[in-house]
Amino acid sequence: MPLSTQSQADIDQYILIASLDNARNLSNILKAISFKDHAIFNATQNGLKVTVEDSKCLQANAFIQADIFQEYTIKEDAVGFQVNLTVLLDCLTIFGASTTPGVCTALRMCYNGYGYPLTLFLEEGGVVTVCKINTQEPEEPIDFDFCSTNVTNKVILQSDSLKEAFSELDMTSEVLQITMSPSHPYFRLSTFGNSGNAHYDYPKDSDMMELFQCTKLQTNRYKISLLKPSTKALALSCKVSVRTDSRGFLSLQYLVRNDDGQICFVEYYCCPDEEVGEE
Amino acid sequence: MDCVATGGNVKVLAKAIHSLSRIGEELYLEPVEDGLALRSVNSSRSAFACFLLSPLFFQKYQAPSDQSFRCKIPIKSVQAVFKSLSSLDRSVEKCRIQLNSEKSRLTITLHCKHGLLKTHNLSFQDCESLQAVFDKESCANVLQAQPRLMVDTVLHFPPSQEEVTLSVSSDRVWLRNHVEDDADPRAMMTELSLSSEEFDHFAISTQTSITFCLKELRGLLVFAESSGLPISVYFDEPGSPVILSVMDSVLEANFVLATLSEDSHPKNHGKSNTKHPDTEQPPDDFMNDDMDSFLIAMETSELPGPSHAPTSPPHPTNNRKHPASEEEQEEALAEGPPNKKFCSLFFGSVLPTQSQLTNQTIQSQEVLASDSEDENQAETS
Repeated sequence: MPLSTQSQADIDQYILIASLDNARNLSNILKAISFKDHAIFNATQNGLKVTVEDSKCLQANAFIQADIFQEYTIKEDAVGFQVNLTVLLDCLTIFGASTTPGVCTALRMCYNGYGYPLTLFLEEGGVVTVCKINTQEPEEPIDFDFCSTNVTNKVILQSDSLKEAFSELDMTSEVLQITMSPSHPYFRLSTFGNSGNAHYDYPKDSDMMELFQCTKLQTNRYKISLLKPSTKALALSCKVSVRTDSRGFLSLQYLVRNDDGQICFVEYYCCPDEEVGEE
Repeated sequence: MDCVATGGNVKVLAKAIHSLSRIGEELYLEPVEDGLALRSVNSSRSAFACFLLSPLFFQKYQAPSDQSFRCKIPIKSVQAVFKSLSSLDRSVEKCRIQLNSEKSRLTITLHCKHGLLKTHNLSFQDCESLQAVFDKESCANVLQAQPRLMVDTVLHFPPSQEEVTLSVSSDRVWLRNHVEDDADPRAMMTELSLSSEEFDHFAISTQTSITFCLKELRGLLVFAESSGLPISVYFDEPGSPVILSVMDSVLEANFVLATLSEDSHPKNHGKSNTKHPDTEQPPDDFMNDDMDSFLIAMETSELPGPSHAPTSPPHPTNNRKHPASEEEQEEALAEGPPNKKFCSLFFGSVLPTQSQLTNQTIQSQEVLASDSEDENQAETS
């Protein structure tokens, strides 16, 4: 069923329609948060926010602004539903994850409202696939209450410099310890594994450091297993902002540039490990 | 100890560690006057590798004041430090290896571009010196070739191929995959013939044919290829170790590998075992351990004088001669049994009696020496 042959009546029923010329612009950014099956979709006039959570300790949000889509129509103030993210990603890449230049999958994503499936029309080279994914009752995402006024320390780094560190992380360590301080060691990532410990120090005047705003020494530990999924977002991103608030909560914001040069954001929140590291 | 390597030498150091990781599970590190020695031995003690990085290799080299310091570290943890060779090339400017004896940590610091500092504090274990007994100079046959020639040759063998046979005549070299007699009769044979002209140096005094493991050779090739250094192969008759060597002005690498001896034919293994009913197999891995110490010619830093161990390529008892050793008995206990093939080769050999099995290495060595005298009788009985 070509996209154009949908009857007007069908289209009228939809409360959300979002179209993309290149489905990769959506699938890539969803991959950056795909570490659990359930994804909570929240659509507003501004765009789409997709949330994935783990163990009530980690939350990842992907923001896809309305203007990323070639068409974005929403008939209500807010539309919320939950789908299986793995299934959605499988559907979005149903024509294969080909990266051949000039060949891309077009997407039209429609939602009829509560109780209806999420319908995807995918087209590549004249072939159309229609996928209907059952939606679930949307859960309320955890409010990490991370607000910028409570931020104690913040650094913005070029992602390349962190990619290396994260790819080399000693996974035998249970935690990743992040130290941020106005004086030495400024910004330090530490692991404590079977073979010993490792510290990665980033000086505040490094070329890789775009912004350095640390007001007081803070050392927090985060479960490395929780942070591991964030490397998917890191891999896609060009810049990352690392913030901690007064409670030691961690916010990682990734600036992701898509195939068309547009900018989207992915954000991870993580609770600190209870055993507070030595200060 | 405090050593600093800079620029391209960091990559050389990393490649050396990657090469050693093909040999064994542990890296033996010993800073001496002549340089930093990095060594490894495989679990069946049939392969030993040593890199000696001279003081000139380093921008700064300071051996510890306490000359007896040496340690071993799980090689995986050292490898993790030098994980990404490509990023090492791009970003690491300086590598410093320091010993923090107070905290019992070996600190490897990588100074990277953009001021990034990576500090790895690795825990280590004290250990005895690990040194194989070999003498390249006494080998009857020497070949030297550019790494390219060796790489192109080895390329023809499938990755699963465990052993190759190297045969030499006065003007040619043949390499073929070693297929055991009881192997699948449909097994494919691959043989390559190389003319002496392809070698930089070709000195063959006896026509012979040796069989050794490919894995370690591949490990050294990775190193030789990246450093562009020619590989020398020193060998004698089957059964004596083959020594693969790479050298330049600031470093030396020697890989000593056991070779299969002619009469260690796999089909004899069963018989060999039944021939020596007094050598009951202990029920656990201890035997492998003690077998090793029995099989191996040893040279240790603490044992006195030349009386106890042969210093030239030894002629010990067994089907397979074992180039490397270490005196720590508990060492091999933690490791699994050697791979099947090696195992079967061990069992084919003459086993020491129970009392000898339980003895410490020094005594085992005496046994080794006495056995080596009546080697022929033992083998042919």
